[in-house]
Amino acid sequence: MNDRLPGFSTLAVHAGAQPDPTTGARATPIYQTTSFVFNDADHAASLFGLQAFGNIYTRIGNPTQAVLEERIAALEGGTAALAVASGHAAQVVVLQQLLMPGDEFIAARKLYGGSINQFTHAFKSFGWNVVWADPDDVASFERAVTPRTRAIFIESIANPAGSITDIEAIAAVARKAGVPLIVDNTLATPYLIRPIDHGADIVVHSLTKFLGGHGNSLGGVIVDAGTFDWSKDNKYPMLSEPRPEYHGIKIQETFGNFAFAIACRVLGLRDLGPAISPFNAFMILTGIETLPLRMAKHCENARAVAEYLAGHPAVAAVNYSGLAGNPYNNLARKYAPKGAGAVFTFSLKGGYEAGVNLVSNLKLFSHLANVGDTRSLVIHPASTTHSQLDDAAKVKSGAAPDVVRLSIGIEDKEDLIADLEQALGA
Amino acid sequence: MNHDNYDDNYIRGILNGVKSIAMVGASPVNVRPSYFAFKYLAQRGYDMIPVNPGHVGKNLLDKPFVASLADIGRPVDMIDIFRNSTHIMPVVEEALRLDPLPKVIWMQLGARDDAAAAKAEAAGIKVVMNRCPKIEYGRLSSEISWMGVNSRTLSSKRAPMPTQGMRLSLNRTSLGGGETAASDRAAKNKADPT
Ligand SMILES: Cc1ncc(COP(=O)(O)O)c(C=O)c1O
Repeated sequence: MNDRLPGFSTLAVHAGAQPDPTTGARATPIYQTTSFVFNDADHAASLFGLQAFGNIYTRIGNPTQAVLEERIAALEGGTAALAVASGHAAQVVVLQQLLMPGDEFIAARKLYGGSINQFTHAFKSFGWNVVWADPDDVASFERAVTPRTRAIFIESIANPAGSITDIEAIAAVARKAGVPLIVDNTLATPYLIRPIDHGADIVVHSLTKFLGGHGNSLGGVIVDAGTFDWSKDNKYPMLSEPRPEYHGIKIQETFGNFAFAIACRVLGLRDLGPAISPFNAFMILTGIETLPLRMAKHCENARAVAEYLAGHPAVAAVNYSGLAGNPYNNLARKYAPKGAGAVFTFSLKGGYEAGVNLVSNLKLFSHLANVGDTRSLVIHPASTTHSQLDDAAKVKSGAAPDVVRLSIGIEDKEDLIADLEQALGA
Repeated sequence: MNHDNYDDNYIRGILNGVKSIAMVGASPVNVRPSYFAFKYLAQRGYDMIPVNPGHVGKNLLDKPFVASLADIGRPVDMIDIFRNSTHIMPVVEEALRLDPLPKVIWMQLGARDDAAAAKAEAAGIKVVMNRCPKIEYGRLSSEISWMGVNSRTLSSKRAPMPTQGMRLSLNRTSLGGGETAASDRAAKNKADPT
């Protein structure tokens, strides 16, 4: 019972998991069931009324999923977490708790292209209005604040360009505006950056990427930092007002510093429905056990490949914040001292054509629309993930037409460099 | 005593040690947090006493309401105060007139009165503020993990069967004392004018 804080690797293996109560199974079982029996009518009523802890139905929660949630909450230093079907589902569920039709949120312009689409089109149809700001210009966030602002959304390491966001500076803007800061920490993972330590109130992930890490399962997660007072003014009625769907319970009053995670589960997930499958939760949980080992190798390989490309005569520029001289190098040293991640872009002197040729000549890198796999991946964002954007928006989001994006895997770095060498020379 | 965050062993010692709990401000309305906490603690084997002058003559889960601490008429180990911060002091003063004194005074989530806490501590009473005993019990037993909550504990022993009406072990390994870094920061930010 000594109160010492275990290290990150110990938490990555153990947090949230315990041998199964009935069988003693040591690995977390896949509870592949839709529903759970009640002990009696009173127990059922207590569970439905949020009065007891326990399982009801897998759209609301599942024991395999619960282990995944507690593990990520522990790794991020949050009070609680909620796992959902995908990174995009996490973003919908978070904003549904915070915005009413007609409200606004401020988002960094440098984001995963799919998030830019989701915010611009899908969310607009819900009446949630995104206002864009430039993550390299903190004052642009301040200028975007209005009385309808309900949240600020940024990526810690931005996809695709791998640029690093000054989380603390933007957290200060959010605090002054009295709104929560949401950080998408997908590309960094808590191994490289823990946004809550820098002022984030909510962290979201696509678990599909480095956390799951093997390119085999979709998932998303929401982490509650437990730091935001939802009842301070009337901005967040989902958390501060009596909820008619639960006989007038006030979520923050009842659940204290993990109220946001509970709201996401019992108001968001329950009603919108994007539950993670128990099997995917198991696959991602297994992936997380090796997160520290994998991330160290991803970062080591990414640095070696970036250095190699920076010295290649056919390469015009390499955007890897881990390299000295990169405009984000100081931020990378501050926020991600263990490594600047494994997703970055570079451009070729031969422009768009040369980029397309490179992608088709690579033999080990896989050409596909994902990042954060054990395998090394390559894509041309301008014609794929960011193709819906116009040219100006492509440049602003770091996906200019001559840019190629790499996600460096955990193979032997010599083999990755040899593959690039042959493809650049072909 | 630092009341911004508590060592898990402090909370564990209290929840393992007390047997009877008088809940001041207990509500018979089944959507109020006090009702949730009362029911849960009763199910986990605590001898619960509802205190609320507005409901004398009624029962809360078969336990008769009493009007005041003085009306309990037998020793109680812990007073759990379900009142706003502004109503804490009179309850603590009433508790200090009990003989024998309670061992613990606990103030619910959101409730904090440092002057009242100092008075109780001067009389040798342990104090917890701004916490919920249901949440702390669920956390230290890991029962709350069903809700994706960070219990901040680890164990390689077989988990308890999550059945009703059972005392659970609270003696898992804690991940460092007190609150998470985030909650500590939140507490500090409360005093921060920006
Ligand atoms: C930074 C980032 N956020 C969110 C997402 C969306 O995640 P998902 O595909 O799991 O919905 C992605 C996917 O590429 C991403 O890279």
